[in-house]
Amino acid sequence: MSDLAIELQGIDKSFGAVHANRNINLSVHKGTIHGIIGENGAGKSTLMSILYGFYQADRGNIMVNGNKLIIRDPNVAIASGIGMVHQHFMLVDNFTVLENVMLGAEENAILNRGIVNARAELKRLEDEYALEVDPDAIIEELPVGLQQRVEILKALYRGAEILILDEPTGVLTPAEADHLFRILEQLRDQGKTIILITHKLREIMAITDEVSVMRRGEMVATRNTADTSVEELAELMVGRRVLLRVEKGEANPQGIKLSVEGLTVKDGRGVVMVDNVSLDVRAGEIVGIAGVAGNGQSELLEAITGIRRAESGTILLNGETINASGDADPQDLRKRGLAHVPEDRHHMGLVLSFEENENAILGYHYDENYLNGPMLNLDNIRKSASESVEKYDIRPPDVRLKTANFSGGNQQKIVLAREMERDPTVLIIGQPTRGVDVGAIEFIHKRIIEMRDAGKAVLLVSVELDEIRALSDRILVMFAGRVVGERTPEATEGELGLLMAGVEEEKEAAQ
Amino acid sequence: MDYFQIGLVTLEATIRLSVPLIFAALAGLYSERSGVFDIGLEGKMLAAAFAGGASAAVYDSALIGLLIAVIVSVCLALVHAFASITQRGNQIVSGVAINFIALGATVILGQAWFRQGGRTPQLGADSRFQTVTLPFSETLADVPVLGPIYNSLISGHFLLTYFAFAMVPITWWVLYRTRFGLRLRAVGENPGAVDTAGISVTQMRYLGVICCGILCGFAGAYLSMAVAAGFVKGMTAGKGFIALAALIFAKWKPVNVMLACLLFGFLDAGAILMQGKSLPLVGEVPVQFMQALPYILTVVLLAGFIGKAIPPKAGGQPYVKER
Repeated sequence: MSDLAIELQGIDKSFGAVHANRNINLSVHKGTIHGIIGENGAGKSTLMSILYGFYQADRGNIMVNGNKLIIRDPNVAIASGIGMVHQHFMLVDNFTVLENVMLGAEENAILNRGIVNARAELKRLEDEYALEVDPDAIIEELPVGLQQRVEILKALYRGAEILILDEPTGVLTPAEADHLFRILEQLRDQGKTIILITHKLREIMAITDEVSVMRRGEMVATRNTADTSVEELAELMVGRRVLLRVEKGEANPQGIKLSVEGLTVKDGRGVVMVDNVSLDVRAGEIVGIAGVAGNGQSELLEAITGIRRAESGTILLNGETINASGDADPQDLRKRGLAHVPEDRHHMGLVLSFEENENAILGYHYDENYLNGPMLNLDNIRKSASESVEKYDIRPPDVRLKTANFSGGNQQKIVLAREMERDPTVLIIGQPTRGVDVGAIEFIHKRIIEMRDAGKAVLLVSVELDEIRALSDRILVMFAGRVVGERTPEATEGELGLLMAGVEEEKEAAQ
Repeated sequence: MDYFQIGLVTLEATIRLSVPLIFAALAGLYSERSGVFDIGLEGKMLAAAFAGGASAAVYDSALIGLLIAVIVSVCLALVHAFASITQRGNQIVSGVAINFIALGATVILGQAWFRQGGRTPQLGADSRFQTVTLPFSETLADVPVLGPIYNSLISGHFLLTYFAFAMVPITWWVLYRTRFGLRLRAVGENPGAVDTAGISVTQMRYLGVICCGILCGFAGAYLSMAVAAGFVKGMTAGKGFIALAALIFAKWKPVNVMLACLLFGFLDAGAILMQGKSLPLVGEVPVQFMQALPYILTVVLLAGFIGKAIPPKAGGQPYVKER
């Protein structure tokens, strides 16, 4: 038994009515990379939080290196050599790297000597694991890849032998993710045990030795990665066969419906986020914008949809000018046939405390169908909401339910139904499947293709490169606010990855 | 020489008036750096002033007065902590409630106990703080320029005054050079980072709020037992809010806090000096205008001259573990 780093026996955990973990058993061998895969809400993060002492299990045992432990709080986990790299980094943004690494592991009440020792120890770790970071850099000034490195160093500084990584690649470029995998492999080769939580099948196949699959709070299977396949894992995750490849026919592009010319947008701090971007979207085609989050995609979408004022540039919708640097008004644009599925449904797409039927008309509430003079026509609103609930298979099919009580995938479907059912000419979609489970992804992708085939012009922004490649007819890559290249969907991931990292940029510019 | 005298008097008044601001603003700094906004500085200060004045009168001792002032202020701080940290309530509502409780309770209790219209009895020499004369101040008084400066500006203040100014570097040192300070700053920025590092967020925030209570106690004691000889109803007169403005103005940094408080104290001193006098060109300046000046200044300067004052990122938000 001594070759097991972690053994979980019968872990059970409920949050109120939600049964997050059900009788979970898990064995992780020392010196391996063990993947845990499952859809959002399958209970992966809860399980790891229990292991890290963030929550306590209702029932069950935790054995670390063969010893039974009661992990009351993170201190116990840290003391027994468990370190965690959280999905949302647990770093203090305005602290230096060194301060973040020290936090909670300071030697004395007064920092003087502690700082000197910590600096030396950090240097040693950086050398030993080839993880260079400037100890005096301020966190918020570092790129995310390096911030993650600081998180790993933090865990190692506390003597972690078992490292848990929760969705570590969500914020990374493909190249950065590859680099992370190399680091993880190296850590494994030096004897560390690594638990990798993810919902990306490709990552599991690329790096893990063993993989455990979770579904709806249960551990459904554990496999040797070498003996399994993407298809088998996907089926285990969802509980039924899933079509991983999106079926789509040839595009049949018609006239230009959306035309952006020389668009420049600044953010609130006055930093140029979109830099002289031009693009066209034709009826009957999907134009995908690939890029690492934060390279201006959000601001581009906001400028096109009239939410953010542009500095300069012109936007033509159906050949008519949108006053993007003046008083473009989202409501007016909507009336002119521009539908918008915002990137962040919680902040822009929905009012979570509203009922489903209320969200189903947000932004279209001026529609005469929904009005009775100055009053809302609740009967009509609920009737049309019921229809789209049925058509989009939104579950539970209850239009009076508070929107916060729907799962991520169903919330996204509410937004999609609202925007797609209005027969728009141009559809702007940001992150269509962020935080959405595999089953719903399949459905959403199909709907987007249907919109294209119905002759809509679709502009798609996603940080999921696979999604961009699967759906788009043309791919534009954004880096540092500029469109640095256009590719066909046949372009390889490596090629797009280099563009996304800005590596190919100069070559492009020279052409 | 006349102007020199006026200048000295104004600066002396500046120091006297900025002491309660410095105590209160530093108090707010500890609380807000830990992520708990505190609009109840005013109430804590007022309650402490009353408690200090009342107990100093009853026990005939300034030290007991100070002790009880601090205890009462800390108790109110704990109420705020319980409401906003343990119960995850709204920090503004809780702070406002404390202000109202202090405003009403001090008058009612004062009237019930002493029957002097909400005042506490006049404190005798033993039961209030006395000014300290630094060595050689008499002998050096005749030295031109430096002598008067030493004599009336540096010497001759209350011990609490020196303590207030000493608290500035002490707070800086605590904040940036100790483990407590590192954790306090971290918990106000990203409590998640503190929690995952195995430190109790609740405990850190309680400590921050308790530090706030202690310093508010000193601020109140200074008002009723040092500059005045007893409590008068509503004697804080908005100083807690000016201290809050100073804290924002100073971007939550200790040395800046001192400078901001001195500036606001100077404006206050100027307002007193200007009373009934008229300036060349502008004529008589209404007192109300001078009193409003710190607030106007805060708004104007924050609006464009000193850049954005970014509060501790997690300030005002109760910490709830993410699922």
